[in-house]
Amino acid sequence: MALARAAPTVSSGVLRAAFGEALVAAGIAFMLALPLAGLRLPINPMDSVIFRPWWVVVAVATVFLGRLGLALWRARVAPSRRNGVPLLDRALAYILPWRRGIFVAFVLLVAILPLMPFADRRVIDLGAVVLIYVMLGWGLNIVVGLAGLLDLGYVAFYAVGAYSYTLLIIHLDLNFWAALPLAGAFAALFGVLLGFPVLRLRGDYLAIVTLGFGEMIRIILINWSSLTGGSEGITSIPTPTLFGLTFTAVPAPGETAFHQFFGIPFAGVHRIIFLYYLILALALLTHVFSMRIRRLPVGRAWEALREDEIAARALGLNPVMVKLSAFGLGAMFAGFAGAFFATRQGFINPSSFTFIESAIILAIVVLGGMGSQMGVILAALLLVLLPEVARDFAEFRMLLFGGAMVAVMVWRPRGLLAHREPTATLGDLSRGREPAP
Amino acid sequence: MTVAVADVPAVPPDLLTVAHLSMRFGGLLAVDDLSFVARAGQITALIGPNGAGKTTVFNCITGFYRPTAGHIALERGDRSFDLDQLSGHRIARDAGVARTFQNIRLFPRMTVLENLLVAQHAKLMRASAFSLAGLLGLKGFREAEARAMSLAEDWLTRLGLVHVADRECGTLAYGIQRKIEIARAMCTEPCLLCLDEPAAGLNPRETAELSRLITSIRGEFGIGVLLIEHDMGLVMGISDRIVVLDHGACIAEGKPAEIRNNPAVIRAYLGEEDPRAGPGSTDAPGAGDGA
Ligand SMILES: Nc1ncnc2c1ncn2[C@@H]1O[C@H](COP(=O)(O)OP(=O)(O)OP(=O)(O)O)[C@@H](O)[C@H]1O
Ligand SMILES: [Mg+2]
Repeated sequence: MALARAAPTVSSGVLRAAFGEALVAAGIAFMLALPLAGLRLPINPMDSVIFRPWWVVVAVATVFLGRLGLALWRARVAPSRRNGVPLLDRALAYILPWRRGIFVAFVLLVAILPLMPFADRRVIDLGAVVLIYVMLGWGLNIVVGLAGLLDLGYVAFYAVGAYSYTLLIIHLDLNFWAALPLAGAFAALFGVLLGFPVLRLRGDYLAIVTLGFGEMIRIILINWSSLTGGSEGITSIPTPTLFGLTFTAVPAPGETAFHQFFGIPFAGVHRIIFLYYLILALALLTHVFSMRIRRLPVGRAWEALREDEIAARALGLNPVMVKLSAFGLGAMFAGFAGAFFATRQGFINPSSFTFIESAIILAIVVLGGMGSQMGVILAALLLVLLPEVARDFAEFRMLLFGGAMVAVMVWRPRGLLAHREPTATLGDLSRGREPAP
Repeated sequence: MTVAVADVPAVPPDLLTVAHLSMRFGGLLAVDDLSFVARAGQITALIGPNGAGKTTVFNCITGFYRPTAGHIALERGDRSFDLDQLSGHRIARDAGVARTFQNIRLFPRMTVLENLLVAQHAKLMRASAFSLAGLLGLKGFREAEARAMSLAEDWLTRLGLVHVADRECGTLAYGIQRKIEIARAMCTEPCLLCLDEPAAGLNPRETAELSRLITSIRGEFGIGVLLIEHDMGLVMGISDRIVVLDHGACIAEGKPAEIRNNPAVIRAYLGEEDPRAGPGSTDAPGAGDGA
C-alpha cells in the first residue's frame, strides 16, 4: 500500500499509449538510422559499402527506450508536478532578487579570467569564442527575443560586417577603430535593405526567406571573387592597435610595439589577451545598449509587436518601421562582431558564414529563453563549451547538441531562463496602495 | 432668427461620417451601403444580431479592411482625414481613432503599465528624438516619459487598478482586462473611441461600472464614442443615438426611445415569423428598460 502511494501506478491504457508512441518513434528512427548510421562509404571507392547493423540496432533501441521513458515520465511525474513549482523555477525565484549582483560578479570574473594562473592561450581563446557568441546572441535577441521576428539568416550580417571591415581596412587603409563603426553601419544597412521586402511575412515564412537571404549572401561572397577573393577569401588582416601600440614582435619602422612601450618581453599571448578584452568590451556594449533600448519607446514597441501586431497597429505603431529598426539594430551588432571576428582570425572566407552558424546563434537565444540576456550567456557557455568538452567523442557532438536541445524543449519550452523584467514600473505606488474595497 | 439659433439645442459637429460604405468578402456582402454619422461628445451605438457586420464596420473605420465602396471621413479639429485611404497605424496615430477588440487584445506578457505606455508610443518616440535623446537619457525625454507615466497612472487610478500596474496583463481577470483595454485606448488621446462589445463577459456590477466609465469619458473628454454592444440595457441607457444593422444594411437609426419600439428592429432580433412578440430576450432592444 505504502509503495503504491509513493509511486502511483500507471494504468494499462497509459502504458499502451506510451508503447505505441515509442514504437512509432522507433520506426522513424529505423528509417533514418538505416542510411545515416547503418551504411558507411568505404575509404577505397572500389570496395563495397560497409553495412553496420549494430549501429542501427543501438539507434533504434535508444529512441524506443527514450521515447517510452519520456511518455511514462510525463504520465507519472508530470501531473503531480503541475501543482508544485518545478525545482529549477524555485531555485531561480530564489536568486532572482540577486540577479544584478550575480551579473556584475560574473562580468568581473570574466574580466579577470586572463590574469588567472590556469588561463593559458587556449583558455583565453575559448573565452573569446564564447564572448563572440554571447554578443551575437544578444544581437539576435533584439530581433528574435524582443521583436519576435524569427531570423534564420543572422549570419549574413555577421558576414557583411566581417567583409566590409576587411575591405575597408585593405582598400581604404582605415584602422580598426574607424572601420569598426562603418562595418556595423554596413551590416545595419543590409539589415534594413533585406528587411524591407520580407517584413510583411510572418513566423515560418519570414524564417524561410531569411534563411534564403543568408545563403545568398554567402554564395555572392563565393562568386564575387574580384572583390571577396572567392572561396579562398582574404588573408593577412592586421590586428588592431591599442592606441597606436602594435602587437608584433618587431614593429614596422615608426611604430611602437606594446611590449616595448611597457618594457616587458614580447609574448604572443599579449595579443590574445588584448583581443579578449576587445570582444568583452564589444559584448558589454551590446548588452548595455540592449538593456537601455528595451526601456525606450522603440524597445517597448518591439515587444508590443511581438505580442500582438494587430493591437499594436491599432495604437498607432507603424509595424514596418518598428520591425525594420529591430532588424537593422540587430544586424548592426552582428556587423561589429563580424569585424572583430575578421581581425581576430586574420583571414576570412565564406565557409565561416554557413547556415549552421545562424542555427547555433538562434539556438543560443531560444535555449537561453527568448529575450533573456542572462539566458544567452548560459546557453552560449553550454553550446560552445559542451562540444569542446566532448571533443574526445567528436563523432557524437551533434548527437549531444541535439539531445540537449530536445531536453530543454521538453522540460523548459520557454528556455532556460525565461524571466522577463518589466521595462517600467510604478513600483512603490502600486505596492503601497491596496485595491479600494 | 438670431435668437432662435441660440435656443436650438446645440448639435455637436459631425466627427465621423460614413457614407455608402460596402464591404464584400467573396460572395458575402458583410456591409451593404451603410451611411451614418457619429458626433463628438455623443455615444453612437451600433447594434444588430450576430453576424450583422458590426465588427466589419469597425475594421473598415480603423483601417484593417479597405472598404469595397464608400467613404469614411473624420474631422479632427480643423483637419479632415479620409479614413478609407489611410493605413491602420496612421488612423490611430494621426486621425486619433482608438479601438478595443471583441476578443481582448492586450499585450499579454507585458505589464499593465507597459501596455498603457505603448499606447503613447507616437509622442514618446518624438520626445526621444527617435531613440537618440532616449539613449542619452536627455532631460526632455525623461520629462516626457514622466508625463506618460502619470497619464497612465491617472487612468489606473480612475479605474481603481493602480495595484495591478506592474502585473502581466495575461494573468489578470477578464473583467480587469476589458477595463485596461479601454484605458489603453484612451491613453492614445483619441477623438473617437470605438468599443467592440466592451460588456461581453462582464457581470452586472462590472457592466454598471462600465456604463459609468463610458459616460464619464463622453462627458469629460468630449470625444465621440462608437459602441458595439449586445447588452441592450447598457445600450439603451447610455446611447445618444443608435444605428441598427441587419445583414450589413442599416434598418433603423434614431434615439433609444425610437429604436426600442421600432417594429423592423424587433423583427430583426426576434426573427421574421413572430413580428409582434414581446421583447423578452436580453438581446432584444426592449429589454433592460430601467434606465
Ligand atoms: N475577414 C473576413 N473574411 C470573410 N468573411 C468575413 C470576414 N470578417 C467577417 N466576415 C463575415 O462578415 C459577416 C459579418 O461579420 P462581423 O464580424 O462584422 O459580425 P458582427 O456583427 O460583429 O457579429 P458579432 O455580433 O457576432 O460580433 C459574418 O458573416 C462574417 O462571417
Ligand atoms: Mg463582432
